[in-house]
Amino acid sequence: MLTAAESEALFLSLRVSLAAVIWVLPLALALAVLTRHAFPGRSLVEGIVHLPLALPPVVVGFLLLMTFGTREPVGAWLLAHLGIRFAFNWTGAALAAGVITFPFQYRAIRLSLQAQNPGLDEAAETLGAGPIDRFVNLTLPLALPGIVAGAITAFAASLGEFGAIITFVSSIPGETRTLPLAIYSALQQPGGEIEAARLAGLSVALALIGVMLAGFADRRMRAALGA
Amino acid sequence: MTIEVALRHTQGRFTLDAAFEVKLGGITALFGPSGAGKTTIVNAIAGLIRPQSGRIAIDGEVVLDTATGVFIPAGLRRTGCVFQDARLFPHLSVENNLRFGWRRARVRADLAQFSEIVELLGLSPLLARKPARLSGGEKSRVALGRALLASPRLLLLDEPLSALDAARKADIFPYLERLRDLHRLPMIYVTHSTEEVSRLADQIIVLQDGRVAGHGTVFELLSDPALGALVPSHGAVFPARILEHRGDGLTVLAFDGGVLLVPHLDRLAGTTLRVRLRADDIMLACEAPRAVSANNVLPAQIVSVLARHGAHADIGLRCGNVKLVARITRSSLERLGFAGGQHVFAIVKSVTVDPQLGASQDHAP
Repeated sequence: MLTAAESEALFLSLRVSLAAVIWVLPLALALAVLTRHAFPGRSLVEGIVHLPLALPPVVVGFLLLMTFGTREPVGAWLLAHLGIRFAFNWTGAALAAGVITFPFQYRAIRLSLQAQNPGLDEAAETLGAGPIDRFVNLTLPLALPGIVAGAITAFAASLGEFGAIITFVSSIPGETRTLPLAIYSALQQPGGEIEAARLAGLSVALALIGVMLAGFADRRMRAALGA
Repeated sequence: MTIEVALRHTQGRFTLDAAFEVKLGGITALFGPSGAGKTTIVNAIAGLIRPQSGRIAIDGEVVLDTATGVFIPAGLRRTGCVFQDARLFPHLSVENNLRFGWRRARVRADLAQFSEIVELLGLSPLLARKPARLSGGEKSRVALGRALLASPRLLLLDEPLSALDAARKADIFPYLERLRDLHRLPMIYVTHSTEEVSRLADQIIVLQDGRVAGHGTVFELLSDPALGALVPSHGAVFPARILEHRGDGLTVLAFDGGVLLVPHLDRLAGTTLRVRLRADDIMLACEAPRAVSANNVLPAQIVSVLARHGAHADIGLRCGNVKLVARITRSSLERLGFAGGQHVFAIVKSVTVDPQLGASQDHAP
């Protein structure tokens, strides 16, 4: 049904998106918790977090290249000391997709934390629960719908990321050529429209499944909270 | 157990400056209009706010002293809280809500006590449900059970019934009365409802504008005409004992000033009950009325006359050792010329009898 190149692009897209969601989630959660209360410089932190929403993805990709390229200081250090290489690697694609979708996860978690009734935390405190206890057993479970919603949105957005990935890690078949990049490459070749259409159909199917899963997960979690 | 509270706390334009020292027993009502500072006081006792200055000691243990920098965190104070909005954890079943404080209690109630409280509050049919699927009254009961199971030494109830309609309130009263009478757990009960105070409270601390305006037992305070402005639709509350059940379907109650006849009460003779006479339900006559349908006509002496703004006047009465209040119109007052010391007859139109007297009378050491 799918050609080898097509399934390669499909599974690469899924892998890149999943990795992007996973590395961002703990950071977005930590940042959302830290910015719950006002502190000097909070608006600057929030501004930086939201920057990828406002910047053209090509600019994000370019900045990543200037930072993590193997000949740039950070990239060179990572390669020399930790053996981590982002340039022209699928992990670079995951890094780029994660940076672009960071605000999606951060915002969803932040909003679900803000929506929590602070009275519940007080109630837990009077029942003898300390700060970590309250975070693990009250704040986190109550924020779960927000965390999951943010992760699903970020996953979907990662599947569609184009500009940052192609600028940062180029379009290498089997390594960094995700579905949108594969569609673009197909269109670059004479008579590639049919191939592009097949890949576009695949993208539509993937998006549809994602949206349906998200709706299902949302209904389940709302039911669990009894809302 | 005693509690000493002395607080000064300014929040915006409101200043709380309240001090009291109370021997806790049964239910102590913190009573006053909204904005009087009641919630600020219980939050300070619970450790949910840090007052700007003050000192709180529970049973001799200082939990707050701004002068020496003592602040025991809420979780270590062993003060249970029941909030107006119940504050049940929405992601946990009723059972796990109940277990939340129970598991974390330093002095944990055993399983038998756990089931006892579940039974007492009628919670067993609700255990598997999520809070969103509970009615308002059920939520209040679960919140009460959750606080009790954390084994507090003092229970703070912040308007626990104010979100409920009259019928739901009436459902909860017996549970609170049972708690008051069966458990010797002292409770501080915040309310602005005279009905709740006169039915449940043993002692009252009256707050107004952030200050303590009065303090005493429910029997003293509710029949004090001077507090009439603070305690709307007030009346007298006093203890009475069932003397006998008469053949004509009436029960005779003896109190410290005579007897009252009420419709048959399904209680043993000798049982002590709490009786309420609302000021609006007492008429005054200068001479003994000869033909009147009311069963209860009590000879009494006027101790105070207090004209209110509006059409009413409150007449303080003494009947034996019990103080009563009658609310009459100012025009009646002028027409009949009531004055202190005068002997009159109080015609009682209706008597409210509460099932139990209260912990302080039953169990006080």
